[in-house]
Amino acid sequence: MKRSNEPVFWALFGAGGMLSALTGVALVFITGIGVPLALLLSPELMSYANMLAFAQHWFGKLVIFAVIALFLWHATLRILLLLHDFGIRAGPASALIGNGLALLCTLAAAYLLLALGF
Amino acid sequence: MSAQTDKRHPYRRPIRGWWKRDRYYIRYLAMEATSILIALYALILLFGLLRLGQGEAAFNGWLEALRSSPSVALHVLLLLVFIYHSYSWFKVMPKTLPAIYWRGAKLPQPVITRIGVCAAVIVNLLVIILFTGLQP
Amino acid sequence: MTDGNKIIEMEVLRYRPEQDQEPFYQSYEVPFLDDWSVLQGLQYIKDDLDGTLSFRWSCRMAICGSCGMMINGVPGLGCRSFLRNYHPGKLRVAALEHFPIERDLVVVVDDFMNKLAQIKPYLIPKQERRLDQGEYLQTPQQLEQYRQFSTCINCMLCYAACPQYGMNTDFTGPGILALMHRYNADSRDDGRAQRMELGHADAGVWGCTAVGYCSEVCPKDVDPAHAINQNKMGSAIDYFLRFVKPRGASQ
Repeated sequence: MKRSNEPVFWALFGAGGMLSALTGVALVFITGIGVPLALLLSPELMSYANMLAFAQHWFGKLVIFAVIALFLWHATLRILLLLHDFGIRAGPASALIGNGLALLCTLAAAYLLLALGF
Repeated sequence: MSAQTDKRHPYRRPIRGWWKRDRYYIRYLAMEATSILIALYALILLFGLLRLGQGEAAFNGWLEALRSSPSVALHVLLLLVFIYHSYSWFKVMPKTLPAIYWRGAKLPQPVITRIGVCAAVIVNLLVIILFTGLQP
Repeated sequence: MTDGNKIIEMEVLRYRPEQDQEPFYQSYEVPFLDDWSVLQGLQYIKDDLDGTLSFRWSCRMAICGSCGMMINGVPGLGCRSFLRNYHPGKLRVAALEHFPIERDLVVVVDDFMNKLAQIKPYLIPKQERRLDQGEYLQTPQQLEQYRQFSTCINCMLCYAACPQYGMNTDFTGPGILALMHRYNADSRDDGRAQRMELGHADAGVWGCTAVGYCSEVCPKDVDPAHAINQNKMGSAIDYFLRFVKPRGASQ
């Protein structure tokens, strides 16, 4: 019987799910509430200079890439399953488009991070 | 074919709209639908990364947009979504693990969930604390 | 026996293939005692009201797995659901969902039976054991690895609950995959590699999307969702390492 290739997407889904479960709340608070409203956090922490320095550091690149890519891959599998569950059966086309978009965003993130230099 | 089997005519009920049949299914699909907002947040960050690469003025524009009321309201919604995700993730996680033994007894699934949720609280707090330590 | 009793209206999904184009609900007024199960209600209908009603049943004590049906839209055993819990009000009884209806509450179970054979539901020891070697010895912890999954009574409620099976019967389904795990997890067994040929496929563990309703409705607390999903990690690791592993080893 033909082996399923689902493990690839499941592994990405799992990593993204775990990362978002452990850090999502904090990240949303920091970027979307804390810093914009200067609530418990100093807005200076997310200044252009500070964020550029973070993104130029190898660790910062890793963090930013992991968050964007893994959150997206996690959501992609679930959204594709949602379509399937609602009976929207576009067949291999939907999987191609969905995973293709996630891959595009992953590559975009990598490119943008590398373009910032070190 | 005997006369008996000729009379057989099994009826296949339609599967369409299966999720409307039971509240359990609706709750499940609602949980899965929250992943759309997880994707949205990732795209917001990706956009911020793009703006970062376009220079200080562009990035400040992104920061300005985050300060707008609609954006803050959206992020409050996103916060609730991620809190729900942290809980529901660890609610399902025990199903994906083999039985764990602690001092001779099998760890019940709700206990594993509680450990996971505690870990989520601690790590999330750590992330915020570490962020405040981000000095240029 | 039934005078002056409470009465419940039971709406039962009827289907007579030789005369009906489609199933339809038929109402029956059923007097009952407090300890009556839904199955007893059906038996009253057949004995006293309408002898043409067809349904499967046997042990009436939740061990044979025959009387699975949809009770107010939820998969349940007729013998373990009680009329008093649905009274006052209407009680809708229908054939188990996701299976073709043969007649009335009787469903076609051929798919389940065929799939059951596919997963080799028997111990496949590494070596044939001779009588003089004595019994297999198993610690309580080894037993615990599979005991829960061995209590399955093949009632198929989990199949009625599983939307993935409902949408695609190629999927092996919760109960049988749980049984597959039951044998893989048994310390006396060595047939994992053979069974995982199906397990690693889309029809195997990867057809499951962790809806979890199967475990909710299981009358024996088998927790098929757990049985299936704890194999995903192993299957994924095996997937990524299969080109690096020593020959012949398979998880």
